[in-house]
Order: sequence, then structure tokens, then C-alpha cells
Amino acid sequence: MRNESGAATKTSFFSPLMQRRLASFRANRRGWWSLCLFGLLLALTLPAEFIANDKPIVLSYKGQLYFPVFTAYPETTFDGDFETETMYDDPYIIKNIQEHGWMVMPPIPYHYDSINFDIPRAPSPPTSNNLLGVDDQGRDVVARLIYGFRISVLFALTLTFFASLIGIMAGAIQGYFGGWTDLLFQRFIEIWSGLPILYLLIILSSIVKPTFWWLLGLLLLFSWMDLVGVVRAEFLRARNFDYVRAARALGVPEFTILFRHVMPNAFVAALTFLPFILNGAVTTLTSLDFLGFGLPMGDPSLGELLAQGKNNPTAPWLGITGFVILAVLLSLLIFIGEAVRDALDPRKTFQEFR
Amino acid sequence: MALLEVKDLSLQFSSRTEPVVQHVSFSINKGEMLALVGESGSGKSITALSIMQLHPPQTVSYPSGSILFNGEELMGAGDAYMQMLRGRRIGMVFQEPMTALNPLHTIGRQIAEVIRQHRTRPEKEIPARVKELLEMVGLEDFKDRLHAFPHQLSGGERQRVVIAMAIANNPDLLIADEPTTALDVTLATQIIALIKDLQKRLGIAVLLITHDLNLVKRVAERVAIMQQGQLVEQGKTAEVFSHPKHSYTQHLIASVPQGKPRPVPADSEIILATENLRVWFPARKSFFGKALSYKKAVDGVSLHLKRGQALGLVGESGSGKTTFGLALARLQASEGGIFFEGEEISSKKQTDLRPLRQRIQFVFQDPFSSLNPRMNIEDIVGEGLRVHRPDLSRAQRRRKVASMLAEVGLEEAMLERYPHEFSGGQRQRIAIARALIVKPDLIVLDEPTSALDVSLQVQIVELLRTLQTKHHVAYLFISHDLRVVRALCHRIAVIREGRVIERGPAEEIFEHPRQDYTKALIAAAFAV
Repeated sequence: MRNESGAATKTSFFSPLMQRRLASFRANRRGWWSLCLFGLLLALTLPAEFIANDKPIVLSYKGQLYFPVFTAYPETTFDGDFETETMYDDPYIIKNIQEHGWMVMPPIPYHYDSINFDIPRAPSPPTSNNLLGVDDQGRDVVARLIYGFRISVLFALTLTFFASLIGIMAGAIQGYFGGWTDLLFQRFIEIWSGLPILYLLIILSSIVKPTFWWLLGLLLLFSWMDLVGVVRAEFLRARNFDYVRAARALGVPEFTILFRHVMPNAFVAALTFLPFILNGAVTTLTSLDFLGFGLPMGDPSLGELLAQGKNNPTAPWLGITGFVILAVLLSLLIFIGEAVRDALDPRKTFQEFR
Repeated sequence: MALLEVKDLSLQFSSRTEPVVQHVSFSINKGEMLALVGESGSGKSITALSIMQLHPPQTVSYPSGSILFNGEELMGAGDAYMQMLRGRRIGMVFQEPMTALNPLHTIGRQIAEVIRQHRTRPEKEIPARVKELLEMVGLEDFKDRLHAFPHQLSGGERQRVVIAMAIANNPDLLIADEPTTALDVTLATQIIALIKDLQKRLGIAVLLITHDLNLVKRVAERVAIMQQGQLVEQGKTAEVFSHPKHSYTQHLIASVPQGKPRPVPADSEIILATENLRVWFPARKSFFGKALSYKKAVDGVSLHLKRGQALGLVGESGSGKTTFGLALARLQASEGGIFFEGEEISSKKQTDLRPLRQRIQFVFQDPFSSLNPRMNIEDIVGEGLRVHRPDLSRAQRRRKVASMLAEVGLEEAMLERYPHEFSGGQRQRIAIARALIVKPDLIVLDEPTSALDVSLQVQIVELLRTLQTKHHVAYLFISHDLRVVRALCHRIAVIREGRVIERGPAEEIFEHPRQDYTKALIAAAFAV
């Protein structure tokens, strides 16, 4: 085992420690499959406009190519009557286009806000057209799910990224300077974390019109604290490591020591927490949307789907869909998180190497 | 018939392909002391744990062997039977007295529990028996302090309590697994003497496991030497020492640091001096944070060191020697004067110290924690060059690191490797290379050999001596092991409770120690 990892050192970009962790992560089959599945779902939903849209991806009309997903073309382009943007589900336009060319529709011909007028009533149960049915405003559930999943995950990823950035910096400052800085900062965090976050968000979101970035900023105010504790502890601990002392004895500037010797430890500790923070962010956004204080009206979101399920008990496909997708997403993140935590656990990583 | 007979014992961990103990056979007679000696990783502790059947069955397998205790097979014996033996017929003393006792229970209760567990005595007699046991292990003072908690005891006292627990039920066999390794030298000799005394008085057979061959020379009737899972030699102690047959035994016996440091010209300049150096840690603080009393780790130490000279700073743990070393290198805040080549450095700011950092270097005790596991050897050794020789290109730096590695006995091919791929001795060489590459005038060596096996100690001492002659670097050698100090140091200062109690040329101290403390240290080291 020793020789193998030694030989791999020369070619691999990662340090042997990291290689061992990657191997340990991969050995956790549940975590590894969860990551693959999560990656697949993300890869499918990121280009949502090409998967679920009421506009063709590409069309050819009278020998010319058009890309309606990117550009809005007035109906007159296709010899329609109005100057407004083309409705591609209008039978007259479809007939026109098919006579003078062709068009490629996405696999799901609905945008998250396109209303299906062909159904008898809304909400309506799953059909071959609307695979998961239609919600109470006549919109296709699959399309809303795809966009809702994407926005949830993107929101969570952005929030986690910025929260970690602030959290690691705050923790590093506390742990590194110690003393009064640490003391005051700790007391501030204790008070700040005592604020009832949900109430505050509800009040704030009634003052400002919530958008994606507004919500992100508001949640960021409170979610950066998760990481401070661990990072601070790592910094306090690492200050007295022999190799940090050795570097100090060599006259290495403090800042370099911080980045070269101390920071990597803190990153490892932070990385362990990331999937769980991600989970928390998804849940917070969903509950805000569920309560109606989240993303603007009409925007697709998992929380809004759940709220619809609650309001329409006679349309179980709404509630069940929302529940299943949320349960799957959160479970996947937890499984990944567990695998990451186990892979980074020094006791576990070193066990086989004793 | 032998009390304990181990025959053809092999043991394999399920995670490895090679057995870690291979065909080991030995026996212990009633009332006899057998010392099982070997370096770390030789499989001696694993062998002892299999006698007690303390390995979890899912992690180990025994390809061959049998263990007979009083003629009864222990291999594969049921848990109930083993529990009857453990603590009653076989007692065990572990290496680390700090963790062998439960911190939440009083010592009286912990000793009584062993007796109660096996119901060897009626409940009424237990308190008297506990007192008797404490007396037997030399803790007369604690007869009336059964309610003391482990944290109120020193390391040596705790180890005595552990021994009292081990002999509470008059066992036939006592297994002592490195009982002195975690203790100071003078305490170690006392504990060994106690075990020997109990063996004689109570007629207990003892299996003493240790890495220190010197320690068992006086006490064990027979010794067995283990190397890499194999028992290479066993026999009467005197015979093994006078006529070692196996080359490894010869090597172990010869592994006592030998030789003398090479003399330094008398007119060498003084490069470092301290004047009344103090490091006081506040022990108690008032409400407003003002220190009310201090723990005086270093209390007014004045020493000096000449170019190319080695000064041995000798003392037991807690005597303040490491703190002094850190203060000297300005890694620990202190009061008093530090003069480097006559220049006062104790009041300099950290940023002004940078040029000086190049000239005073530090080598730490534990080679496993002093190297950053995330960096390869080239980066670790080259770190000092990056700071002090920014003019060097990457290739030039690499060449310098490679030649430095060669000097400390490592190969250039190791540049790209990471610390975990090296043994303790190699790691310590890397740490020395890292210190030496910036061409310092003084290296503070904080117990650089105490975490290493004896044969490695000898090699490191020789390496240090060679490097000193070649580079004319001064050493402040901090150690509790006078054997190593004698082989390396020109002068010696004995430190106790933060104060230097005796100092002088090495020869003089060893020949005519004045203080009792120094005498005790010398007696412990050269166990005669």
C-alpha cells in the first residue's frame, strides 16, 4: 500500500493525503453514488431552457435559422399578425413554420410559466402530455420542477459559497488574533445567533420585494456563523503545532505560515460541513417559499409546489411530487456529506496505514 | 512445569497480508521475571495482548500457536473463562498511567473494584486490603487518602496505583507493558525496583515488556529479544549480555551512545548568552486579569554558549528546559536578557528578528508532528531557503536541498515523498536538514532522540556530532537522557524547577556530581 501511494505521488496533482481521502470517499459506495446521481440531476436541470420550454430550440423558416431560446422574435417574422413575441403553440404559426421549414421543440414543450389552456380544469392529473399533471394555475408540474430544482440548488450553492467565505475569514481572524478580538467576536456571534431568523426574514421580506439576490443577502447575514466555530478552533489548535513553530523559527512570515500551514487544516474542517450547510440552505429557501415570503410570485420553486399541494388536497400529484423531489435532494446531500465527513476523518483515514 | 508457555505463536491482522508475530515461543516459570525486549513495531505488545486474549476477534487471526497457562489452553478460550483469569490470575500494567485510571473514580474505589469483581475477599475485608496494597506499592501516604482522585496524583504515583490494582488478587503472573516509558528516568528506576521487589516478596511471575535493554539488565532473570515479529534470541540475562549470539542482540547491546564530543578551541567566541532569563506563566488571575501568582517555568537562568560548542540542558519533565529553549529562540515570551553575538535580542520585534531566525534553529522532540503532512520533503527542507535566499531559483534550491539530504544520510530520490512515508529516524533527519540548510550558528535540539528507538538514537547522535564538526554550529541539547548527553555535549547544566542547580564541563559533572539530584539522574541513566 505504502509503495503504491508513493509511486502515485510522482504523477498525481493531489498530495498523498488527499489521494487517500479521495479513495476513501470513493470506497463509500452510498456517498459516491449519491454524488453521481446529484451530479446527473444538476447536469440535467442546469440547461433547463433546452429541456423544458415553450419555444423551439432552433427553427428554420424560409431558409434562415432562428434560435428562439436566446432571442425573442416578433410574430411578424413568421408572417403572423402581431408585433409581439411569437407564441409558438399558436396553430397558425406552427402551420406557417412547418410549410416553410422545420422546428425542434424541447422534450418538454412547457416553460415554467406557460399555461396549458387545453386542460378541462386546473389542477389536473398526470396525462401523457403533462407527465406529473398540471398545477392550480394551469402550469406543467414537470417544467416547474426542473426550474425549481435548479433555482433551489443554485441558490444553496451560492449561499454556501459566500457563507463559507465569510465564515472561514471570520473564524481565521478570531483564531489567529485571539485575545480580545476573539472574545468580542464570540460574544457578538452569540447575540447575533440568538436572533429569531425566520421572524426577521418575514419582517424584512415584507419591507423589500424579495428577489433571488435579496433573499441571498438576507440569509447570508445569518448563515455565515456555522463555520466560524470549527475554523476558529482549527486556527487556535494549529498555532501550536510543531511544524508551525518550526516555520516560525525559520523566520517564515506570519502571513505565509497562515496560508501554507494553518489554512489547509481549516479548509478540511470546513469542507466536512459544506454538504450540511448546503442542505440547510435548501431547506430555508423551501420553507420561505412555502410560507410565501420567498421568491417572487410565479417563480418556480419547490416550496411553492409544496404550498400548492397543501392548498389542493384533492390533487395529490402536487404534494407527492414536491415531497419526493425534496426528500431525494436532501437525502443525496446528506449521504454525500456523510461520505465526505468519513473520508476526511483523520482517525479513519490513517487506520489502514498503521 | 512452566507457569506460562507460549508455543509457536503467530498472529495476523486481517487488514494485512504479513503476520506481525511469527512463530514465537517462550515460557515463564513460577516466580520468574522474563523481559521481552524489542524496538517499536517488533510485535512485543501484541504478543502480550494475545496472552490476555485482548485482541478483538474480528481484527486478528492466529495462523498457528498455543498459549498454555498453568497447563490450560488460553487460545480460543471463552470470554467467561478469560474474564476469570484477567485481573485475578493474570494482572496487567499498561504504559500510560495517565489514561489507565478512570479520572472520575477515587483510587480507593478503583482498587476495591478489582477485588470486588472477582470476589476473592469478603466485602468487610476490602478496605483493609486496599490499604495493605497501597502500602505494598509504596504509597503509605495514601492509606488515609483513599478518596483522592487520579488527577491529584503524580505520574509515578498513578503507575503505583495501577500496579496495586494489578496485584490486588495475588495473581500468578504480572504482565507489565512498558511500565516506565511514560515516566521520568529517576521514577522509571523506582518503578522497576518496585516490580522487582513485588516479584520477590509475593512470588509473582513477571513478563516485563520494554524497548530498553539496559533497564532489564539488573532485574530480569531471563530475556527474550524480538525483532520484526520474530523472537531472535532468548536466554539467561547474564549470558545474553556477555555472549549475545544473534547479530541483532549484539547490535542492541552496542546501541549505547558512545564516544565524546570533539574539543572546541578554548578561544572560541561566545555566541549566545542569557542573563537572568525568566518565563513566568500567570497561575491565578484577579477579577481584572492581573496575575496574582505565577508558575515559574524558567526562573532566572544565566547561561552562555561558545561557537561550535554543545551545551547539554538536563532535567526531568516539567523542569522548564523546553520552555527555556523556546524562549531562547524567541518563540516564547520571556523577561531578562538574551544576547546573540553580544547583541541584545530579547526586546526585538518579531519582524526585526527575521534575519536572526536564520542563525538560531530549532529541532523538535516529536518527528511525527514537526513536519507538515501536506508538504513533500523538498518543500519542507526548502522552506527556510525560500525565506532567506529568495535569490535562488527553484532548480538551485532543489540542488541545495538534495545535497543537504545527502549530508544527513537521506537520498535525493526522497525529495518528492511525503512525511508519512518515512520512519521516525528518517523524519528526525529531515527535521535536522531543515534546520541546518539555512546555515545557522546555533541549533536548539529539544529531546531529538527521545522519541526514537535506541539504535536510531545512536545514529542521530553520531550524525549530530559529525555535522557539528563540519559546520561549527553550536548546540543547545535539551535532554533527560544523560547517556546521550555524555556522548554529545561539552558542557552540562542541570535544571530543576526552572533553576540551574549545577553546571560545568561534562567530564567534571559525570565524575564528581555535587547535587543529589544530579547523582540520581546519573544513577538512573547508567543503571549500574
